[in-house]
Amino acid sequence: MKQVLYIFSFLILSYPIIAQESGDILIKNGTVLTITNGNLKFTDILIRDGKIKSIAKDIKAEDVKVIDASGLYVMPGIIDAHSHIAIDAVNEGTNPVTAEVNVGDAIDPYDINIYRALAGGVTISHAMHGSANAIGGQCETIKHRWGAKDPAAMRMDGAPRTIKFALGENPMRVHGEGRGIVPATRMGVEQVFRNAFAEGKAYMKEWEAYQGGVTSVPPEYNLRKQTMADILKGDIIIHCHSYRADEILMLMNVLEDYGVDKICFQHVNEGFKVAPELAAFGAHASVFSDWWAYKFEVYYSTAYNAAILTENGVVTSINSDSRELIRHLYHEAAKTQRYGELSDDQALSLITINPAIQLGIEDRVGSIEEGKDGDIAIFKNHPLSIYAVPQYTIVDGAVRFNIKEDAADMRQEVNPEEQIPAFYEYRAHEEEDSCLQGVFEQLFLHQH
Amino acid sequence: MKYTYILSLLLLSTFCYGQQVQKPQNGIFLLKNGKIQTFDQGQIEADVLIMEGRIKEIHNDISHPGAQVIDCTNHIIYPGMIDGGTRLGLSEVGSISLTQDHGEIGSYAPHLDALTAINPSSVNIPVTRVNGVTTSLAVPSRGRFPGTAALIDLHGYTPEQMYAGFKGVVLNFPSTGRRGSWDRRSDEDIQKADKKAKKELNDFWKQAELRQGILAHPDADAADYNPQLDALVDVLNKDRTLMLEVNRKSDILNALSWIRDKDINVIFTGVSEGYLVTDSLTHYNIDVITGPVLSNPGRSSDRYDVAYANAAVMQKAGIKVALRTNESENVRNLPFNAGFAATYGMGYIEALKAVTINSAEIFGIDKDYGSVETGKIANLFVADGDPFETKTKIKYLFIKGWNIPMESRHTLLYDEYLKRSPGIE
Repeated sequence: MKQVLYIFSFLILSYPIIAQESGDILIKNGTVLTITNGNLKFTDILIRDGKIKSIAKDIKAEDVKVIDASGLYVMPGIIDAHSHIAIDAVNEGTNPVTAEVNVGDAIDPYDINIYRALAGGVTISHAMHGSANAIGGQCETIKHRWGAKDPAAMRMDGAPRTIKFALGENPMRVHGEGRGIVPATRMGVEQVFRNAFAEGKAYMKEWEAYQGGVTSVPPEYNLRKQTMADILKGDIIIHCHSYRADEILMLMNVLEDYGVDKICFQHVNEGFKVAPELAAFGAHASVFSDWWAYKFEVYYSTAYNAAILTENGVVTSINSDSRELIRHLYHEAAKTQRYGELSDDQALSLITINPAIQLGIEDRVGSIEEGKDGDIAIFKNHPLSIYAVPQYTIVDGAVRFNIKEDAADMRQEVNPEEQIPAFYEYRAHEEEDSCLQGVFEQLFLHQH
Repeated sequence: MKYTYILSLLLLSTFCYGQQVQKPQNGIFLLKNGKIQTFDQGQIEADVLIMEGRIKEIHNDISHPGAQVIDCTNHIIYPGMIDGGTRLGLSEVGSISLTQDHGEIGSYAPHLDALTAINPSSVNIPVTRVNGVTTSLAVPSRGRFPGTAALIDLHGYTPEQMYAGFKGVVLNFPSTGRRGSWDRRSDEDIQKADKKAKKELNDFWKQAELRQGILAHPDADAADYNPQLDALVDVLNKDRTLMLEVNRKSDILNALSWIRDKDINVIFTGVSEGYLVTDSLTHYNIDVITGPVLSNPGRSSDRYDVAYANAAVMQKAGIKVALRTNESENVRNLPFNAGFAATYGMGYIEALKAVTINSAEIFGIDKDYGSVETGKIANLFVADGDPFETKTKIKYLFIKGWNIPMESRHTLLYDEYLKRSPGIE
């Protein structure tokens, strides 16, 4: 009987979400923060088949759902360039190089944190491998299509491939300290990259030789080396966990030697120290608004990092790396107005068009423009105000968060063994180093 | 002559941009032409005279010879914010255990004194106070009785100089919640562990009651050395407040029935599911320190905003609520936690009280702290608007009447690196 009840409640839970699905919507009379084309007052947005069809005053449209945005702020869906929600596994912490693995194989569309991110206006996140390895796995850019049951439905089709690199303490701790192998130092970290690129380059040449008829036996297929070769060919954007200025410069030197130029440094707490070098290289930076001092390599940090990088011409975003922060990235972006006096457009760019550029999807999302995807976040009060409250979040023209109509319990999957869902105690600093998720448990937890 | 003056000004400004944080200044300060934020009369226009560490006078058009006049035109004067639970001063670099002084070995150690381990030179302190947080509670963390928390002002060169007049014995009440996704104990195991923990707690408490009787005896001098029990006797004698950390609904109810027959002063802290048991909390007239507001719901089935709204629900039910961040290096986010509480039901004034006067009242120091009123300790700041609003700028900060420079590692690095010189060659 109980089981039947659960199945029944499961169906009830899913019903409103299925019912919402529609690629057509008309958002009336809002203050539209386009990001790339200023602010438009009393303006309508028509989304057809999931794409923004027109932006104008007094749009008339038949048979579409209408949202009255009078007195509300309408902005592009927020994009988080660094997240670990919606995946079952974060770290393949078994080797300093694991370029062959892909978090796209571990997507969990039932993760409640997807809905909670939507409730903070976030429509896209970059589901990343962790930072246990110098070269971790490939990442997946996902759309928060909450309600979809198929993991593949969360993928943003056509988004460029990305891969996670990591510098400094985490790979040193996991492999050097934890396993007694290279890298135990930042010197070792550099050589891990040089070795992997050299292998990838040799592998690429072997294949070219075979395909060019120089050799007659094909080389043994190796996905790890193939992935390194794909980076060398410019098919994959590197997103590199980094903190210290020296290691950031080191990786740019390695990349320069191998002719690789698509790189976004993640966290990059000391990016402000080498902002001119980052700008000259064309490297991007995706930073925390104010996290620091949780480990030694972030002790010499400043919350003015995003402002300094922006003023020096580095394409900068603010990310969460946390299932807590992802719920209020609009507030995290606003902190650049306290720490560095960025303008509204500059601050909002940090969570919209700039992360879109870093993920290579800026032609499709990140601003409100005709032809772009219908990904929209609607707020009561200006999104940079502490009094902002997300009202609706729309992905591809479908409402995925509605503050008034959504049930309190939005789970799509209930554990039949649990009468009441477990209560998790708040632990101070639970989020820090979520990049080391999995590895921490494996290596360190048993000591407690 | 004039040029010498300009030259010395230039030299002075170069000096100010050095790597050392400037020295706080003591003296007589007259805040002119600003408005004072009150809790029940809005913002009132008045001057504020600060002397000998206190607010000497609040009046229109004060003049005082020898006072340094600080122009506050278009600015508002707010009481310094108090964070009701942090590790500030006890923690320097998160992952380096030798810089962590909040978690001692041994589960029953209420005698451990957080104040003794406060590092007045912590780089985190200036970073915190420039956001208007003038006072914070340093809370030890590990075990059942992890120690005695201490309230500190965020300026001073010794822990004693920083001490702000409140200490409380922390009790982590036995919890039946899970500690993380890795905590895969069965419900049965959790219940078993809970039963054991409660028995240990009650046994310890009984020992303390026995000890209380021994210490009250004329021959108390002959009692053996037992600082653990002595610390708890202070609680039994109501010389110290018990700060009882509890979060899950059923645990809160258990804690309420546990204290029912105990004649002690108690504050509940954490209380993340307090919104579910407001009737019980008001019935027992419990004061609450809750937070962080910016945190995830405890259960997967919870509405996404329960942690934002919890403080407001309790406050509206008539519970006295103060806020905390539970942070160390980012205690500076206290105003933003208050801002979210304000947004999700509390409103601006009640949220302001939850980080000022309510905290002061709960700690029993409201005679000296928690509002901008004549006679109180001069813990206040001057800002260009709503202190919870993210883009607001704080211009001046006073702690115990000291004029604190608006500098921290973060501002110094900004000054040095915004336009780095040399730039790129």
